[in-house]
Amino acid sequence: MKFSDDKLKQVDEMISHYPEGKHKSALLPLLHFVQKENGGWLSSEAMDYTAELLKIAPIEVYEVATFYSMYNLQPVGKTIFEVCQTGPCMLRGSDGIVDYIYEKLGIKPGQTTADGLFTLKTVECLGACGYAPMMQLGPDYREHLTKEKIDALIAEGKTKAN
Amino acid sequence: MGRKILLDKAHIEGIRHYDVYRREGGYRSVEKALKTMSPDAVTEEVKKSGLRGRGGAGFPTGMKWGFLAKPEGVPRYLVVNADESEPGTFKDRYLMEFIPHLLIEGMITASYALGSNVSYIYIRGEYWWVKEILEVAVQEARNAGWLGKNILGSGFDCDIFVQPGAGAYICGEETALIESLEGKRGNPRIKPPFPAVKGLWGCPTVVNNVETIAAVVPIVNDGGDEYAKIGIGKSTGTKLISACGNLNKPGVYEIEMNISVEEFLYSDEYCGGIANGKRLKACIPGGSSVPILPANLLLKTAKGETRMMTYESLSDGGFATGSMMGSGGFIAMDEDQCVVKHTYTLARFYRHESCGQCSPCREGTGWMEKILLNIENGKGKMSDIDLLWDIQRKIEGNTICPLGDAAAWPVAAAIRHFRDEFEWHVTNPTDALKGNYGLANYAKPLEIAVAP
Repeated sequence: MKFSDDKLKQVDEMISHYPEGKHKSALLPLLHFVQKENGGWLSSEAMDYTAELLKIAPIEVYEVATFYSMYNLQPVGKTIFEVCQTGPCMLRGSDGIVDYIYEKLGIKPGQTTADGLFTLKTVECLGACGYAPMMQLGPDYREHLTKEKIDALIAEGKTKAN
Repeated sequence: MGRKILLDKAHIEGIRHYDVYRREGGYRSVEKALKTMSPDAVTEEVKKSGLRGRGGAGFPTGMKWGFLAKPEGVPRYLVVNADESEPGTFKDRYLMEFIPHLLIEGMITASYALGSNVSYIYIRGEYWWVKEILEVAVQEARNAGWLGKNILGSGFDCDIFVQPGAGAYICGEETALIESLEGKRGNPRIKPPFPAVKGLWGCPTVVNNVETIAAVVPIVNDGGDEYAKIGIGKSTGTKLISACGNLNKPGVYEIEMNISVEEFLYSDEYCGGIANGKRLKACIPGGSSVPILPANLLLKTAKGETRMMTYESLSDGGFATGSMMGSGGFIAMDEDQCVVKHTYTLARFYRHESCGQCSPCREGTGWMEKILLNIENGKGKMSDIDLLWDIQRKIEGNTICPLGDAAAWPVAAAIRHFRDEFEWHVTNPTDALKGNYGLANYAKPLEIAVAP
């Protein structure tokens, strides 16, 4: 993996947020950026490249990448349904949403469809409890989920892939 | 109608952007502070206001600011905690999403008071679109001259950066947040030293919640004494409450801290009662970590007094019969909900979010999760209930950070108030798989207001 000059400029902009010598602070934002550029997940190569960009040891990247739940350490589908399952969402029927996705796509939490289009994850509280049940879909939230909305999201995911 | 001082303008068309926000009187607090007040005078107003930290601990903000060390030649930092991750809590997101400049304005004024020339907003990574809204607002403020060098000719320099997290509840704990902002795992630090002495990059640092910093705006505009007139006793000002669960009108409400829990729960101005005409069974009034209360103890204290939406009244009776204001995440459960299952989801949450540094928390949270799942699935033993009690006792107070307590309290309170429901799961495993214990089988009948 190697960034173009344009992308390297964006990396420099991230590093400019911190005082001289504190560039390691850019690690979390940079990992988000690298993950996006690397098809949604962090391979060993992508993590090593991140270390190179920040001039830190690869282990410093690995220990962070493995700590935070938003970093994917395995390849993921083109569309990731991250369904919240914590108490407040459970009270409003999140279990039924997970079951319905299984019914429609045949994937359980942690699995990806054979065509590589969809990944299902269950996640813990995303701070949308009043609009439950909900899921994270890329950079956005989808709230007040119903079976009809899941059907529409699946259709949307298929269209996006074509 | 209750008075609103944070969200009163949140629904004005275009308020998300600078021009409208400014037209509506925005950034007056920065003008007032930088042109007419010394930094210490700003801190003094915050002390007078009685403002308490809105993230959950309720520590007096002015006092926290007063602790900030000011060694010569060492930078100081203000870091805003927008990691909002406590289940049931989504108030800061609302504020940042609809009226982001209120936070930016509060940050500039607070940064002036604290002497922070570079301040950060640490926002949970999942709120990606909110991060983008904030970045636009920061840029607008910069373009309009409210950030940068020599703001308003005062000689004060300030800039703000937005830092995303990446999915870790623990980073809401202030020292874990600082570690994360330094590009490391979110492992809480041993205190002391406190961040006020040794925080971000080893420099004196104040970490404050989003709502706390936003409240600095009306405090500086109207004076600390005016702010302190709102509310009851040491619960001054307004509080954002995020209401969720089985309610007719879940959402974010700004309340004056002088209304009763009953009014908040049942009046049409707020939650509008329990959804689908059902009755209230239980409620967690301040985010998932605080003790769950059965309906009767939620609405009235053990002394029979009306329970109010204040720090003191919500904690009246201690953990035996009370709870806490916490982060203001108000989770209501109707009569069809299962306390065992709900507690299981919370135990799973805390196991997932434990950073793993301290063995009581790392091992205990997973152990509690497994036992609770067994009980929920009809495979529990009576002795498991006592074992759960024992485990949570051994986590509480035995960890570096309060996540251990936060994991222990929900389990303790569920057993304390709903032990009969746990026992029913053990003695009626088949029924427990098919249905819920409900309200009808309570050992002590509850006095519960029936929704109209």
